[in-house]
Formats: sequence, structure tokens, C-alpha cells
Amino acid sequence: MPGPPVTTAPGVKVRVVTLKINEHDIGARETDSILDVAQANHIRIPSLCFLEGLSTWGACRLCVVEIEGYPRPVSACSTTVSEGMVITTHSDRLKRYRRTILELLFAERNHVCSVCVSNGHCELQDLAAECGMDHVRVPYRNQPYAIDSTHEMYRVDHNRCVLCTRCVRVCDEIEGAHTWDVKGRGIECQVITDLNQPWGDSSSCTSCGKCVQVCPTGALVKKGTAAGEMEKHDEFLPYLAQMRGNQ
Amino acid sequence: MNLEDLAEIAEQSAEAEKKQRHCVRVCMAASCQSSGAGAVLDGLRQHAEQDAEGGVHVKSVGCMGLCSAGPLVSVDATEPKTEVMYKDVTPDDAAELYSSLDGDPLERLRCSTDIPFFARQQRIVLKNSGVIDPEHIDDYIAAGGYASLVRAVTERTPADVLREVKQSGLRGRGGGGYPAGLKWSTVAMAPEPHKFVICNADEGDPGAFMDRAVLESDPHRVLEGMALAGYAIGAEHAYVYIRAEYPLAVERLKKAIKQATKKGLLGRRISDTTFNFEIEIRLGAGAFVCGEETALMASIEGLRGQPRPRPPYPAEEGLWECPTLINNVETLANIPAILARGGDWFKGIGTEKSTGTKVFALAGRIANSGLIEVPMGIRLREIVEQIGGGIPDGRRFKAVQTGGPSGGCLPEEHLDMSVEYDTLRSAGSIMGSGGMIVMDETSSMVDVARYFMEFCMTESCGKCVPCRAGTVQMHGLLDKIAEGRATQTDLDLLEDLCDVVQATSLCGLGQTAPNPVLSTLRYFRHEYDEKLRPESERWPLLPVVTGDN
Ligand SMILES: Cc1cc2nc3c(=O)[nH]c(=O)nc-3n(C[C@H](O)[C@H](O)[C@H](O)COP(=O)(O)O)c2cc1C
Ligand code: SF4
Ligand code: SF4
Ligand code: SF4
Ligand code: FES
Repeated sequence: MPGPPVTTAPGVKVRVVTLKINEHDIGARETDSILDVAQANHIRIPSLCFLEGLSTWGACRLCVVEIEGYPRPVSACSTTVSEGMVITTHSDRLKRYRRTILELLFAERNHVCSVCVSNGHCELQDLAAECGMDHVRVPYRNQPYAIDSTHEMYRVDHNRCVLCTRCVRVCDEIEGAHTWDVKGRGIECQVITDLNQPWGDSSSCTSCGKCVQVCPTGALVKKGTAAGEMEKHDEFLPYLAQMRGNQ
Repeated sequence: MNLEDLAEIAEQSAEAEKKQRHCVRVCMAASCQSSGAGAVLDGLRQHAEQDAEGGVHVKSVGCMGLCSAGPLVSVDATEPKTEVMYKDVTPDDAAELYSSLDGDPLERLRCSTDIPFFARQQRIVLKNSGVIDPEHIDDYIAAGGYASLVRAVTERTPADVLREVKQSGLRGRGGGGYPAGLKWSTVAMAPEPHKFVICNADEGDPGAFMDRAVLESDPHRVLEGMALAGYAIGAEHAYVYIRAEYPLAVERLKKAIKQATKKGLLGRRISDTTFNFEIEIRLGAGAFVCGEETALMASIEGLRGQPRPRPPYPAEEGLWECPTLINNVETLANIPAILARGGDWFKGIGTEKSTGTKVFALAGRIANSGLIEVPMGIRLREIVEQIGGGIPDGRRFKAVQTGGPSGGCLPEEHLDMSVEYDTLRSAGSIMGSGGMIVMDETSSMVDVARYFMEFCMTESCGKCVPCRAGTVQMHGLLDKIAEGRATQTDLDLLEDLCDVVQATSLCGLGQTAPNPVLSTLRYFRHEYDEKLRPESERWPLLPVVTGDN
């Protein structure tokens, strides 16, 4: 049985399509995602698991948008545009969905921002503000998760993790170490280092810190940061990815 | 192998059969095996060996359907051609049963085959099930097997095969009901040179065992269907993705692949043509989500079994980004018959929009449970009351759950509904893969919803937020309602979560997880209401300032 066949893609021609987003006529390349096109046209669609420079994951579902004629909302990050699409990004229904998804995330683990090192520099917190999620209707699950401080420079606090897998992807796709992965399923999912060894014992981790920089929350942080001190810098990613022809 | 070779094998089998006085078939599918069919088979074989007269063939066969009455044994006499079926046979009965072969049937164990359970069925997929020995390819060939494949590759073009499948109107039996012909032609049209066929034998729905039964009883039928698919779409490689919890089905599949390859019906240069087709087995570790097509393909590729957003659909970008045709076991098992008898014949069975038959695993509070195959368009009532023999213990029918965790519960007023993809859907349930659980008045619908939500919660892959974190909350709310601790606010929140999880989840698991809740709310809302506390006992709410104060 052969493995994955090698396909040699010759210079593929990319067409330009026209579509509508929130009643604006927009031109785009047919290979672009709805999220790319919206961003390029200064239409902000909330997103969490997406990060430019990494492969698309399509899991947080915050970027859901409505397309006329489609039976259900689709994720803007993972759906490519096509000719004549009519897209709505901020209907009342979508806003309600996003708020509920955020509520589910806040209730899933422990997010007490006041004592969190990422307070004020946290994408989850920003999204809650952006989407108007001001209270949580579902019960907090209050499951205590472990904190792994074994790495000499960094710390992972699973209580703040939203399982966006940005750390997993950056480590695999950009750093090439594949230290991170996910174990378990459903609500038991957890990011792990190596084969669920303490991070400090990891033989694959190069301590490059990319995972820390792309983590949207206070889950991956530099040691020694006090509440509110941990700022992240993920701007390097698109540049790195492009330079390596990873696009 | 060409058509003459196949005919010769069939002739030899007929000759051998003529020399037999009797053929005794013992069901050796998983269910009957678990109730002791193996010892019955051994006992009968011993008697046959010691029989001085000879001429009694004791055969191990696949599922006969009425699993609740197993072990089942059927006896054929060649002259005159009669069939007698026995149920609940124990090893101690073997001697008596054997000695009755030439005399009157053994009334004590007799199971009438005139009862609606057998008489109302129409068998296409299960035609050979319980008749042929699944471990002997010649038995399948004698029953007409592989003729469709050999005829197709030697006498017909891939386009001919495609046309018949399209013409048949066959829709996918794995749950979605997507037209098979349409899917096949999409993959056939893809320009890429490498394509794959996948047979989805994951069957993760609780209570479902249709696909397992087909694979245990007639594995060659599925292989032949796969090879025909490969020929039609231009694929040379295929996988059967089957869960490791089905060891007997896996073993029989392996044997079948080996036998078919040895006879030149699979592998290289099938029937001396240029068509090559190889089938490999991939074992799944038993995660419900791995039945979802994109997760299944990730699993075959050696990755974590998690779905990815579609489009692109597998037909465009599947295994290793190659166009891939993925079909359910039962869908593929229909193909040889469609090619043998023509798409028009198939279209004549069932209804206009749901053609052919459907295999169901009938279970729950019902007199006859087991495996049935009925024409589409049959009334639900006929399945429950006639084939299933009604509700035992003088109880009343309450609901029938169809479609497993993605499906819903239908109440009595829907019993006269015709069983079709679209009618079931409009009633708030689905055909699904064919699980059918009958419930009587003693079942609590809130508990049923909670059971399926628990299943979805534990089987969620955890990739996307609404499914991972939403099903857990929904399960918590259902728990609270079932235990009488909930208020109207909880029920409202539950309904709200149903909407969000359904609309925003990444894959079919999350998208359909709310269905059992929604359908029980639609037809049995009063049961939820009864569980809510009376207003006076609710926790005090924050005072509301109104104009009246
Ligand atoms: C969570 C989930 C589980 C599924 N499990 C199965 C399964 O066990 N067997 C199956 O044939 N299809 C299953 N499906 C449907 C498949 O994804 C796919 O639609 C089907 O195999 C296509 O075959 P068909 O067109 O012949 O029905 C499942 C879908 C979902 C969303
Ligand atoms: S990770 Fe973000 S949302 Fe969570 S506690 Fe820290 S600041 Fe708050
Ligand atoms: S540790 Fe951070 S980057 Fe990794 S999955 Fe959790 S939230 Fe995402
Ligand atoms: S819907 Fe559930 S099973 Fe499907 S991807 Fe999301 S978490 Fe996984
Ligand atoms: S950003 Fe699109 S699903 Fe997360």
C-alpha cells in the first residue's frame, strides 16, 4: 500500500471572486478564507483558535458567520469564499451564539482574572468584552486542574487553558519540536508535553518560548510574572511562516 | 475467474447439495454464539459424523435475524424442499433434533417462519445472511456472488456501473441519507490519479449491530460492493475501517479478503483485466466520533481521530488529500444486487425518495428483537406491532427511538408514518444507521434524553467548544431536571444550549447531540414540566422592580 502520494502542484491559477459581507461588495481571491477577506476589509470577526501563520483549526467556533442559503452557520476561518456568497457576520443570533460559547469557556475552567498573570493582556478576556459577555448563566464546573512549574523558564496552568491548540500547532509547525499534544477526549482533554511527562523533563522542548507567546490566555506564561504582567507577542509568526514558505 | 468459472463453482455446489439429505444451518453470528450456538454446532456435527447413512451437512451460517430467540437452527430437506426453523436450541437438544431430521419436525423447539417477523421482511442486503457459510467463498459464489463484479469489469464500463447506481436512487445508509450515485460521480469526476474507497464499519451508535451482522454473515457482499465502487470511480486502493470490538467480523473479513484475492477477485488484474483493487483493514479503537468521515480518515492516517471542518468534502479532499469515496457497510452491501438486477429494479422497491430496503436493529420493550430488513415506506406501526410482535407484559407503547444519539423519540401518533428519510426528519428524528429502540409507558423520556446526552458528552472528541463544554452543561441540566432539582430557568437554559450546540458545533456529533432532547421536548414536554419544582419551592429570585410596586 503506498503512503501519501506526492503531488506536484504546478503554478495553480487563482481566480478573483466577488461577494457581499454585511451588504458591502467585496472582491477576493477564491483561495482566501472568509476570515482573511473580512480582516482585509476591516470587518472584525471574533476568533480565538485561529492565528495567522498556523494551520487553521476551526475549533473555537467564535468566528461563525451566516451565509445565505446555507443550512447552518459556518466558521469563517475554515471556509473559503466563493463567487456570489452573501455573508452576515454580526446578526443577533450570531452574537448570542458567541456569548454563549464564551460563557461555556469561562465555566469550563477557572478564570479568575484578578489573580491571573495575563489579566489585561488576555485574548479570552478581550473577547468577553468585545462580545458583551458580562455574566455566565451555566454553573462553573470548578474542577481543579494541575499547574506544571517544572520547566525552568515557563509554567503551564491548565486552569486557564481553552484548548485552542495554538501551542500544539506552533511547536509542531514552526518550531518543529512537537513537544505539545492533546490527551483524552471531551471534557477530559488536556494539553500535554511529550508523553504526558512534566514539561521540565521534556527531551523534545527547545525552550524557544513560541508556545508561550502564542497562547491567548494565562495558561502558558513566563515564570516570575506577577498578576497582570504577562504580555504576549505573537506578531513574529506570519513573518516566520512566510519566510519558511510554510503558507 | 471469469463468468464461466463462477458458474462452474455454482454448479459444483448444486451437485454437492443434491447428494445431501439435509442441510442443517446453525447461526454462528455473535449474538447466537454468545448464547451457546458453538456447542450446538459441535453437537450436531458429531452426530453427522457418526451417522452411518451420511449426507447431512451441518453448516455454520450468519445471522438469521430473530436474535432474541437464539441460538437458531434451520433445517432444509432437499426432497421435498422444506425449511424448518428451531429457536432456543441448547446443546442437550442436539441429539433429539438430529434424530428428528428424517421424521416429523421437533415441535417443542419449532419457530414458525410464517410469523410476520419473517413474512413481512424483504431481504436484499441480508439475502444470504443465515443461509450461506460466511467463511466459504464458494458458498457466496454459488448464491450468485461476484457475478456483478466480474460482469462489470469484463463487459461494462465504469460509467455503466455509475449509471445503475444513480438510477437505483440508493441513499447512504450510514445516517445522512446522501445519494450514493451523486457521491460516486463526484469522486469519479475528480481528475486526480490517486483515489480511495473507504468502507465505514465503525458502527458506534449504542444498540446498533446491523453492520456487524452483515460483515459476520456475508462479508464477500461488502467486498464485492467495494470493488464495484473502486471500478466505477477509478480507485485501486481501499480500506475497511472497523472497530476492534468486532473481532468475529474482523476475522471473517480477513478470511474473505484472502479467499477473494486467491481467486483473483480482488488484488491485481481482476478477472484478467487491467483493473486492480486492494482492500486493507484498519482497526478503530472504538471512539464514536471516528465514524464521522473526516475523523475516520484522520485515524487511518495515523492521527488523532478528530473531525475537521467540511468543505472540502472527502470526495474532493479525503485520505492524504486524495479524492475519497466513503460509504457505509450497508450502502456497499446493496451494490452487488443493484448491479445484478438493475437500478430500475431497486428503484421499484421502497418509496420514490427512499428507495430499496433498510436494515434495522430492533430492540427495547418489544416481543421480537433482532435484525430485520424491510422495504422503505413501511409503516412504523407494522414494524412495532407486527414484525416486532408488540409490547410484552400487557404494557402500552410509548415511543420509538430511531437514529441513535443523533436521532429522536417518536410518540404513538407517528406510528402510522411511513418510514423514509424525509418523513422521519420532518418528525424530528432521523433514519440514522438503523437502531430502533421501542419504549413502553414505564420509560421516562427525560431519562432517555439524559442517557443519550451522557453518551455524546463522553464521546465528544473535545476539539470544539460548543460540543465539549456544551454537552457537559446540558447533561448537568438534564440530571438536575431528572432528579427534580431544576426550575423553569434551567429548562430555558437547556433549550438555549440545544440551539447553540446544534448550530455551532464543528461536526455531526455536536450538531445532532441535542436531537434526543429536542424531540422529547417536542412530544413529551409535560414530562419535563412535571419534573420542575412548583413555583413556591423555588430558590428566591432577586426582587424585580415593576411599576406596580
Ligand atoms: C459522530 C458521527 C458518527 C458516525 N458514525 C458512523 C458509523 O459508525 N458508520 C457509518 O457508516 N457512518 C457513520 N457516520 C456517518 C459518516 O460520517 C458518513 O456520512 C457515512 O459513512 C457515509 O456513508 P453513506 O453515504 O454510505 O451513508 C457518522 C457520522 C457522525 C457525525
Ligand atoms: S486567562 Fe484570561 S480570562 Fe482566564 S483568568 Fe486569565 S485573564 Fe482571565
Ligand atoms: S495552553 Fe494556551 S495555547 Fe495551548 S491550548 Fe491551552 S490556551 Fe491554547
Ligand atoms: S462537535 Fe464534538 S465531536 Fe465534533 S468536533 Fe466538535 S467536539 Fe469534536
Ligand atoms: S477562529 Fe474559527 S473556529 Fe476558532
